[in-house]
Amino acid sequence: MFVNFFHELKSANLPVSLREYLTLLEAMDKGIPDRKIEDFYYLSRSTLVKDEKNLDKFDQVFGHVFKGLESLEADEIAEIPEEWLKSLNEKFLTEEEKAKIESMGGWDKLMEELKKRLEEQEKRHEGGSKWIGTGGTSPYGSDGYNPEGIRIGQKENKNFKAVKVWDKREFKNLDKDVEIGTRNIKVALRRLRKFAREGAADTLDLPGTIKNTADKGYLDISLVAERRNKVKVLLFFDVGGSMDPHVKLCEELFSAAKTEFKNMENFYFHNCLYESVWKDNKRRHTEKINTWDILHKYSSDYKIIFVGDASMSPYEITYSGGSVEHWNDEAGAEWLQRIVDIYQNVIWINPVELKHWEFTPSTQIVNQIISNRMFPLTLEGLDNGMKELSRNK
Amino acid sequence: MRFEGTENYIATEDLRIAVNAAITLERPLLIKGEPGTGKTVLAEEISKALNMPLITWHIKSTTKAQQGLYEYDAITRLRDSQLGEEKVKDVKNYIKQGKLWESFESNERPILLIDEIDKADIEFPNDLLQELDRMEFFVYETNETIKAAKRPVVIITSNNEKELPDAFLRRCFFHYISFPDTSTMEKIVDVHYPKIKSKLVSESLKVFYELRDVPGIKKKPSTSELLDWLKLLMNEDIKPEMLREKNANNLIPPLHGALLKNEQDVHLFERLAFLARRENG
Repeated sequence: MFVNFFHELKSANLPVSLREYLTLLEAMDKGIPDRKIEDFYYLSRSTLVKDEKNLDKFDQVFGHVFKGLESLEADEIAEIPEEWLKSLNEKFLTEEEKAKIESMGGWDKLMEELKKRLEEQEKRHEGGSKWIGTGGTSPYGSDGYNPEGIRIGQKENKNFKAVKVWDKREFKNLDKDVEIGTRNIKVALRRLRKFAREGAADTLDLPGTIKNTADKGYLDISLVAERRNKVKVLLFFDVGGSMDPHVKLCEELFSAAKTEFKNMENFYFHNCLYESVWKDNKRRHTEKINTWDILHKYSSDYKIIFVGDASMSPYEITYSGGSVEHWNDEAGAEWLQRIVDIYQNVIWINPVELKHWEFTPSTQIVNQIISNRMFPLTLEGLDNGMKELSRNK
Repeated sequence: MRFEGTENYIATEDLRIAVNAAITLERPLLIKGEPGTGKTVLAEEISKALNMPLITWHIKSTTKAQQGLYEYDAITRLRDSQLGEEKVKDVKNYIKQGKLWESFESNERPILLIDEIDKADIEFPNDLLQELDRMEFFVYETNETIKAAKRPVVIITSNNEKELPDAFLRRCFFHYISFPDTSTMEKIVDVHYPKIKSKLVSESLKVFYELRDVPGIKKKPSTSELLDWLKLLMNEDIKPEMLREKNANNLIPPLHGALLKNEQDVHLFERLAFLARRENG
């Protein structure tokens, strides 16, 4: 029945499933919406959308698919006040006013004109001489030419508003493609927590042991996983240069991440990873750490997160001696490749918007080296990044 | 059986449709929204409006799905067996019914509120999939299947602390209670404090929405806080004019403690008020 609508939702990347579609049809069958388009909108919204961040997308698709229905609805609106006004006309209009109506071409003409203007006009209007509204000299609208104040569309107003409900796009700021703010970071980091609570069964489960012993009648020791942050993370952080506009954003992410892991080490680099990194940005030239030492020290089950915009000259990645700050014997690409070879879980979080990536060759090179595991710094990007990180190969 | 809101609860059109769909199709209804927008109250009001018993299951971080079905009190049984009690022979004496079981066995069709489902472990919703879907479960200790006599209306609230699994979401209706606009808010206030002077309401609503719009505020005041504040204003018999005073010394709304729950927010607001006063002065 609404297959087209369903497919449109699917192609807009909304996570809708056949099961939800069938639920919607079932609800239609049981007659839950009152054969009103806005009822159907509310019903389909609550059936098909399960996350407030998708509400805006849904509104857009709905508006797009059911565009034809709006004009249908507008027709109805223009029709209802006609009868309504007619009855009022007989009650309230004086002979003089009736004559005035005649001078405008008779009642039918007037109504036709009204219909036309209703269609043209979308917003509430006050004053002026053409539009339907309040207090104007237009023959249509409330407090207009009738001393009793005929109000057009008072009751139907609701209808009119409801047609536009999805066009208002109230949930716009809940869309997940929006850039990350402080609140959003918190939500994103709850996703980090998801894989921070895993572990092997290696501690004594006292209540479990008692329960099992009581159940079975002999001493039965059971073990349980400790609730701890088993996940170990190395964070490499690009500072200086083109990253400066993003530094505040990244710092927020960074400070928020700090509380989530016990085993987290952070290092700084500039533009691309080379033979040394540093831990304290103030003493970056004096206290360097050899990258080899890091590769040797941290075992391969560490998860690697790079944060950087990967915007630089391609030479800085592919050529030895390409670094803008010092002479590097080995190209940045080789260092990145070493990381990728040793550690299974490597992602690169890029604060630059996804759509700009293709215009920066260095971004593409880096993305290629880390086998397309670069993610934008949006909620969706972080989410996908975290999924990638928690994957076991 | 249709829910149309109650005299104490203003339900918007979209919320009504979602609730009625959930009741008719016997599927769980998942409610999300800002804290204090009336998620939990909704279940209570549906129960009152439709005259159905309400069973509430509050979820904590330690709650397990099994606890909603039943618990087998093995420790008491172990102790009883030492004492040679007679009832130790029947395992049924040690099975404690959970809230889900309770709602399945209710004589009338009940409302089951699963409150703050996101507080529990990540796997919690997955563990309840079958039980909520088929409304039945199996008790291993006694070898019996508990089946719902009348499928309860299940209302689930979430504060968005954890993402819920897709399989679980697919089985639910979903409604996001967005923050009420001014006209809805006036209706809500009217329902709670019918005698309040309308001028006081409009003035305080203005202050309230201004407060919500203050940039950088940590915890935006919500509906329940507004209602508390109004109650205080009425108690203290604050005049509407006092709320309107824009350039007097008391720029901070009276009794603001009911609205701002965070000392940083109070500081921020005081600072902003101070700046505004300096500009005006």
